[in-house]
Amino acid sequence: MDMNLKCKEIRRNILLEIGTLGVGHIGGSLSIVELLVTLYYKHMNIDPRNPQKEGRDRLIVSKGHSGPAVYAVLADLGYFPKDWLLTLNKPGTNLPSHCDMNRTPGIDMTTGSLGQGFSCAVGIAKASQIKNDGATIYTIIGDGESQEGQIWEAAMFASAHRLKNLIAFTDNNKLQLDGKVSDICAVEPLEDKWKAFGWNVISVEGGNNVEEIDSAITAAKNSKMPTMIILNTVKGYGIKFAEEAGTSNHSMPISEEMFKEGMKELGGEI
Amino acid sequence: MEMRKMFALELEKLMNENENIVLLNADLAKPNGFGEFSSKFPERAINMGIAEQNMASVAAGMSSYGFIPFICSFTPFATRRICDQIAISICYAKQNVKIIGSDPGISAEYNGGTHMSFEDIGVLRSVPNIVIFEPTDNAQLRNLLPQIIDYKGPVYIRMFRKTTPDIFDENETFNLFKAKKLKDGKDISIFCSGIMVDETLKANKTLEEMGIDAEIINIHTIKPIDEESIISFVQKTKAAVTVENHNIIGGLRSAVSEVICENYPVPLRSVGIRDTFGQVGKMPYLKEVYKMTEKDIVSAAVSALEAKGD
Repeated sequence: MDMNLKCKEIRRNILLEIGTLGVGHIGGSLSIVELLVTLYYKHMNIDPRNPQKEGRDRLIVSKGHSGPAVYAVLADLGYFPKDWLLTLNKPGTNLPSHCDMNRTPGIDMTTGSLGQGFSCAVGIAKASQIKNDGATIYTIIGDGESQEGQIWEAAMFASAHRLKNLIAFTDNNKLQLDGKVSDICAVEPLEDKWKAFGWNVISVEGGNNVEEIDSAITAAKNSKMPTMIILNTVKGYGIKFAEEAGTSNHSMPISEEMFKEGMKELGGEI
Repeated sequence: MEMRKMFALELEKLMNENENIVLLNADLAKPNGFGEFSSKFPERAINMGIAEQNMASVAAGMSSYGFIPFICSFTPFATRRICDQIAISICYAKQNVKIIGSDPGISAEYNGGTHMSFEDIGVLRSVPNIVIFEPTDNAQLRNLLPQIIDYKGPVYIRMFRKTTPDIFDENETFNLFKAKKLKDGKDISIFCSGIMVDETLKANKTLEEMGIDAEIINIHTIKPIDEESIISFVQKTKAAVTVENHNIIGGLRSAVSEVICENYPVPLRSVGIRDTFGQVGKMPYLKEVYKMTEKDIVSAAVSALEAKGD
């Protein structure tokens, strides 16, 4: 499979979801596309026909507002019909802004209140360690989300319990809702912080590069400790208007014109 | 026997029978009677350290993997401090986590205001999907624990730690979702919970001497509250008193008032903490300070009966 082409296809799905609605969390959805594609199409032991398969690998997207990016992949994998993507946030939808395990097939944990999903992932990794079922637990947090104290409570616990089955990612896109992370409440140096908390840390310069992400995940699987992979990403990556919106792209309105322009850029048809 | 000791013995039995039960503590395992659990269950009794928020969400994650986690701390740290984790990770996500909050209300004694939760029921009562249970004595807690484990969903157990007077017979049976009548009566319905059940029974002796025939009902489960029984009780007596070890705002008084006001309004008086914070002191002293003695219960009943016109 051409992973880069797949990323374009997933971006088209994201734009379809948010563009159809006219507003949404596009920035933080686009920044993790390469990560999601690498995980779902190369690394994760899952079965879209049996979303609750025992012993499966799990992904907890603690930055729950990136739901549209996850739905774009899940639809492509056949967890649910692709036309669900047109229902994002519409009355009665199964695809709410923030991930909901009780609504969407393939979502492993309800997230949205920042910091909590990461602890849930740690709990899931602990559960898998007790059952010794060989599953790998993946989780994604935001750099802004790292301002939550709960992240560091969970970080301490995960290394104390040597949860080597836990591979976490920081979507280090340097922006949060109100502006630049470094202006609001700096979280750097992230690498030093995670090392100090006893984690195996891998920094990936090309956080939107499939090959670099793939190598980092492969390396993380050999760690004796939980791994934090810090992805140097770009918020809004891959669609010009979103990327250019910068600090305004956390959740932004998308006009019909922007929608068409974005689709054209991604090689899609309206 | 202290309630914590009885609870620990029962939980140990259940953990031996059911390998999906796990116990999470936040550096209060010893005071809550679980000091030996980490050696008895090295994999399933986990001390999280002083990190209650993480404990609640880790428990939710473990529940999603098929475990039945019990999380435990003192009442304020098991509720107020982790309200959002309970609301989102546990209740909104529909996870099967049991929350033990010990030392409710004035029973925190020398730990004082910071550890004395008068608001925990109020904090949790407006969160959907949670059951709120306050055991009255050892027999009731022992009897209901299997029902709590069988119930698939979050349950908050507001647990006294020390020795409580035995109210119920060891062989008494309970339904987690039904109020328990302690005494029939025709003049007034007194709804009581937790440590205030014993105080209410003491007050009843005075009421009897005064010729007042009170009906006494233990509301052990405050949410979901047994509306049907409450309505039928007040339809008969036409006056009510609530007696609780909690702020009268948000707790038993609020829950009973809501039922009565909407269905069958009758005069209601209440005994409980009147919207103030806690302080250090032994329980008999604190009962005097907060007007939670048997005398206060008698006064409340007399006032309700006067309003009723008796």
